[in-house]
Amino acid sequence: MKKYLGLALTLAVVVAAVGAPWLAATDPMTTDFAGGLKPPGSPGHPLGTDQLGRDLLARVLYGARLALFIGVCTVVVTAIVGGLLGLVAGFVERWPSTAIMRLADVQLSFPFILLALTINAIVGLGLRNIILSLSAAGWVVYARVVRGEVLSVKQRDYVHAAAALGVGRPRLLFRHVLPNVAPSIIVVASLQFSQFVVAEAAISFLGFGVQPPTPAWGSMLSESRDFLYVAWWLGAFPGAALALTALGVNLLGDWLRDTLDPKLRV
Amino acid sequence: MRGWIASRLLQTVLVVFLSLTAVFGMVRLSGDPVLLFMPMDIQAKDVNEYRERLGFNDPLLVQYARFMRGAVRGDFGESLRYRRDALGLVLERLPATLLLAGTAMLLTLALAVPLGVATAVRRDGAVDHAGTVLMVLGQATPGFWLGLMLIYLFAVQLRWLPTGGMGGLAHLVMPAVVLAAFYAARVARLTRSAVLEALGEDYVLTARAKGLAERHVVGKHALRNSAIPIVTLAGLEAGQLLGGAVVTETIFAWPGLGRLTVQALLNRDFPVVMAAVSFTSIVYTLMNLVVDLLYAWLDPRVRLRS
Repeated sequence: MKKYLGLALTLAVVVAAVGAPWLAATDPMTTDFAGGLKPPGSPGHPLGTDQLGRDLLARVLYGARLALFIGVCTVVVTAIVGGLLGLVAGFVERWPSTAIMRLADVQLSFPFILLALTINAIVGLGLRNIILSLSAAGWVVYARVVRGEVLSVKQRDYVHAAAALGVGRPRLLFRHVLPNVAPSIIVVASLQFSQFVVAEAAISFLGFGVQPPTPAWGSMLSESRDFLYVAWWLGAFPGAALALTALGVNLLGDWLRDTLDPKLRV
Repeated sequence: MRGWIASRLLQTVLVVFLSLTAVFGMVRLSGDPVLLFMPMDIQAKDVNEYRERLGFNDPLLVQYARFMRGAVRGDFGESLRYRRDALGLVLERLPATLLLAGTAMLLTLALAVPLGVATAVRRDGAVDHAGTVLMVLGQATPGFWLGLMLIYLFAVQLRWLPTGGMGGLAHLVMPAVVLAAFYAARVARLTRSAVLEALGEDYVLTARAKGLAERHVVGKHALRNSAIPIVTLAGLEAGQLLGGAVVTETIFAWPGLGRLTVQALLNRDFPVVMAAVSFTSIVYTLMNLVVDLLYAWLDPRVRLRS
């Protein structure tokens, strides 16, 4: 049940994102001042229009594109950076391990959203910088989980056997340890994905991150606040899209965890 | 035990020290910090004067030493906007955030723990299914969207509650519910899995075999033993309320620490940003320390292991 609902929702978001140019009747940026704030169900605008007459359906669909793009990029960057640092911290003990874990402690002494928001406000606005900020704040979880896994995997007999056969350390790490840690990385990635997508929306909502007129769910929600009294649909649909995306990916992540790594706690 | 506490305290001091260093480093990340500290409308000729006055012409190490010395004494400089002590502004906003976070916490414990226990006891029954759906939805719903929709429903349409600001009890309802929603979903899930784990233990089997009433088995044996993981995980999660407050306070114009931080970031009032972020980080670290100590006190195995 979890699996199918998760798969269906995730698939729907992917289809919306990839197919946005074909699914949307109009361009998400085309304004029509005469046709602003039309309610859902208006001819030609199934979800209505915003204050500038832009088609809300088109904006929500293109928003899916942006959300998924940011989510995927951030997950890939954090998985690589955090995964590598976790591998090193678990495999090479002594100072690199201590240094990496202290850095992780420091990062964990800030609430995630506050850290990402502050970094974003400092490095600046825009798509590249939001991915950078989320990644800088988010790699820690991978590093911790991977380090823990490596510490237990490297005690296994097959690793000792490979080492006794004279396998070099890099090969030992990437050929024998990494494949056995990979399931945890996949599970963490799927559970982190929705956190990144929601955090991006929250940061854009607060006025940082992705800026209007780019159709991002967070900045659309932010703009909708000014029209809450007259146009409920401006906030309802982008937020529902965001919640359904988070729901789908969370369910998929839960299912992946149950299947691949039931003991993992993130 | 004493040695363990001492090492844990030392570790906390180190983390606080490194976090302050990180705050200093973050602001220097941007290249020219003068651009962050200047009013937006400043003239080019004034830039150098500013740079000199704020000490950005000194070597980095000198600046770092000055920042740390100030931070230890609680001096983060003066707010560029309000011309007042930055930490003073932060402390002024603290009670509002504590009130909000505390209410959210109570709300969470009052709702999430009973829900978690009920779903665990009635595993795979109707209560469990309905409860699980609630938890999953609660975790997936972004707080700021929930906030907007609640404002639309209860403030705009029904006119039962104010849209924002701080005042009587009515002002507290929506922000506390929004802040609690996500957190409650997490705590309920944790409670459910902790109780399920305890129900699978031998002592529960023994208690049942003795013919104890189910209410005693759950209330006395299972619940008490699952209290430890619930307390720790709930405590660790509580820190996230400080992060959640950043967004929730902004939606409801709640005059707390989170809103101050967002406004300072938007106004590029960096002394206040540094004070607020440092303060939040220290509170967060201390909360983690308290939870750790509590955990060790509740469960001797923890301190014996380390």
